Amino acid sequence: MKFTTLIAAGFAMVASISAAVAEDISGAGATFPFPIYSKWADAYKKASGVGLNYQSIGSGAGRKQIQAKTVTFGATDIPQKEAYLDQYGFVQFPMVMGGIVPIVNLEGVSGSDLTLSGETLANIYLGKIKKWDDAAIAALNPKAKLPSLPIIVIRRSDGSGTTFNFTTYLSAVSSEFKSKVGAGEAVEWPVGIGAAGNAGVSANVMQTKGSIGYVEYAYATQNGLAWTDMVNSAGKRVKPSLAAFKAAASKGDWANAKRFNLILANSPGEASWPMMATTFILMYAEPVSVPASNAALKYFDWAYTNGGKMAEDLDYVPMPDSVVAQVRSAWKGIASK
Amino acid sequence: MIRSGDIRRSDFTREGGFPVSAITESGSSTSRTLVSDRARVLKTMAFGDKVFALLTLSAAYLVLLVLAGIIISLIIGAWPAITTFGLDFLTTTRWAPQLEPEPILGALAPIYGTLVSSFIAMLIAVPFGLGIAIFLTELCPHSIRKPIRLAIELLAGIPSIIYGMWGFFVLGPFLANYVEPGIVAVFADIPVLNSVFGGEMLSNLSLFNASLILAIMILPFITAIAVDVFSTVPPVLKEAAYGIGCTTWEVVSNVVLPFTRVGVVGGVMLALGRALGETMAVTFIIGNSFKISSSIFAPGTTISAAIASEFAESEGVHQSGLILLGLLLFVLTFFVLAAARLMLMRLEKRAGA
Repeated sequence: MKFTTLIAAGFAMVASISAAVAEDISGAGATFPFPIYSKWADAYKKASGVGLNYQSIGSGAGRKQIQAKTVTFGATDIPQKEAYLDQYGFVQFPMVMGGIVPIVNLEGVSGSDLTLSGETLANIYLGKIKKWDDAAIAALNPKAKLPSLPIIVIRRSDGSGTTFNFTTYLSAVSSEFKSKVGAGEAVEWPVGIGAAGNAGVSANVMQTKGSIGYVEYAYATQNGLAWTDMVNSAGKRVKPSLAAFKAAASKGDWANAKRFNLILANSPGEASWPMMATTFILMYAEPVSVPASNAALKYFDWAYTNGGKMAEDLDYVPMPDSVVAQVRSAWKGIASK
Repeated sequence: MIRSGDIRRSDFTREGGFPVSAITESGSSTSRTLVSDRARVLKTMAFGDKVFALLTLSAAYLVLLVLAGIIISLIIGAWPAITTFGLDFLTTTRWAPQLEPEPILGALAPIYGTLVSSFIAMLIAVPFGLGIAIFLTELCPHSIRKPIRLAIELLAGIPSIIYGMWGFFVLGPFLANYVEPGIVAVFADIPVLNSVFGGEMLSNLSLFNASLILAIMILPFITAIAVDVFSTVPPVLKEAAYGIGCTTWEVVSNVVLPFTRVGVVGGVMLALGRALGETMAVTFIIGNSFKISSSIFAPGTTISAAIASEFAESEGVHQSGLILLGLLLFVLTFFVLAAARLMLMRLEKRAGA
């Protein structure tokens, strides 16, 4: 098996070398936006003849790649702080957003049959709420028939941007979660079973009766999983939908976020979905190769202008126009000559 | 059994392997030219020998060099974690990489998971594997011997990711829904055992499920090696035993097993080595939870599973901690194999007396 991986790695290397010869745009990082980046790349290649070579290797690995200057841009689901950006001379900007939804496997429960509040969700992930017929869940769902089943908590085993955004939300709504677990890509979960990747979590929830998990919205819809509605910060019940994601996205105070360091957790507004993920791009202000950097910016510019519909088709939320304008002005900080 | 030390290099190479006396004792006039020819041939042969010896020597040293390189780079990579946590790393059960400013990392849970999952796997695989081998060599009708052997050897060829997926989609749900509730019910009223087989939250992913997959994965190693060494038993010995009226069981336990002990233990150790380091299949089905639970039906983690799931997205001390885990696995495997060698040597001494 190791030999085959070696061969595969060899092929990948050859492929990346030949790709570099064709002067494709090279990037590496987050897995969450990979589907939309490649869809944009296909369309962009048809329009301009320039391709994209994106290694979907995870946010942390993407940051390491751009730090090592082996790629033109790095992609991260975790907004980076000013100190880090200054240390390496990075320019950071948001590219696309998405929603995170809780998914459940309960007999007779399908999409939107259940509603959870942030605190209830935090208590489930703290191991304080152990059964589905717990008073806290029953109070939120007076009409639902809740079984007396133990709740099997499923979460990510690998470090992930989804976990980062999910735990940031739970920390925002529950002070106990914040002090006991906190927010991060990989955290010390008090309970639960770890599964690898969004796909692993959804497969696990699909198979385990009485389980709950969290995934990007697209994984819930594509796998036909039952998700729950959420009570948002305004106290209203919201269904996960593109409209609710957009409402949450529109509340982001991007204008005052330093270097776009903003996490969309628990957004205000009556129609806002509380759990969002934003994915960011990191590029050098003084690029190693100016033509490569310019080509990447051209691709991103094209994606902002023409990619909105494609993003929505895949359940991503495009950045609002006001933010795009802000991003374009931030690009002036990247040397283009 | 021939060991490498028993054959000295001089036995073969000094005289080029020719029976020297056959040529020199001829004593005729042609003998002088024959001798010089022979010297020339021997010279080229000696040169070939030297090159060959050098090649094999460098190959052997290269392995040592690689091994040393791996250990050194592991120590360098693990150094930040070693200086941060010290010996606490071995006794801490918490694994909290998200804590600010310094994470708290402890290896006890993964070490526990590694040892326990391998132990359960050996507990299942050794009797089964040896049983199959005994059946194949002593009892099996000739017509089905080949198909069964082939099937077992095929098991060894299945990539571990396939075992992982099968465990995840088929074996895990089957065990959790049909097997484990029964076991839990049987032991529910027995103290101690009811916590070992406790199951308030049965799920598809658990330490036991991972152990079972491991057992299936290492079974072919044990069986294949055992079959090979069992067939080295001289038929005369077995026939003599049967001749004085021994039953099959008596022949196996008093003749076959004592004769092949060393080889069998070697096979078992090879299997244990694989069980300790197995990564992909275990990562899929162990549940990746950094907890030490009294129940074997609870999720856990192993060293290699922890590294596989967290390494890509780790940074700083967290990553260094994972490398330190790798170093620990290295040490752990080394000690287990060294202990096995020691045991083997003592066995041989006792048998050789």
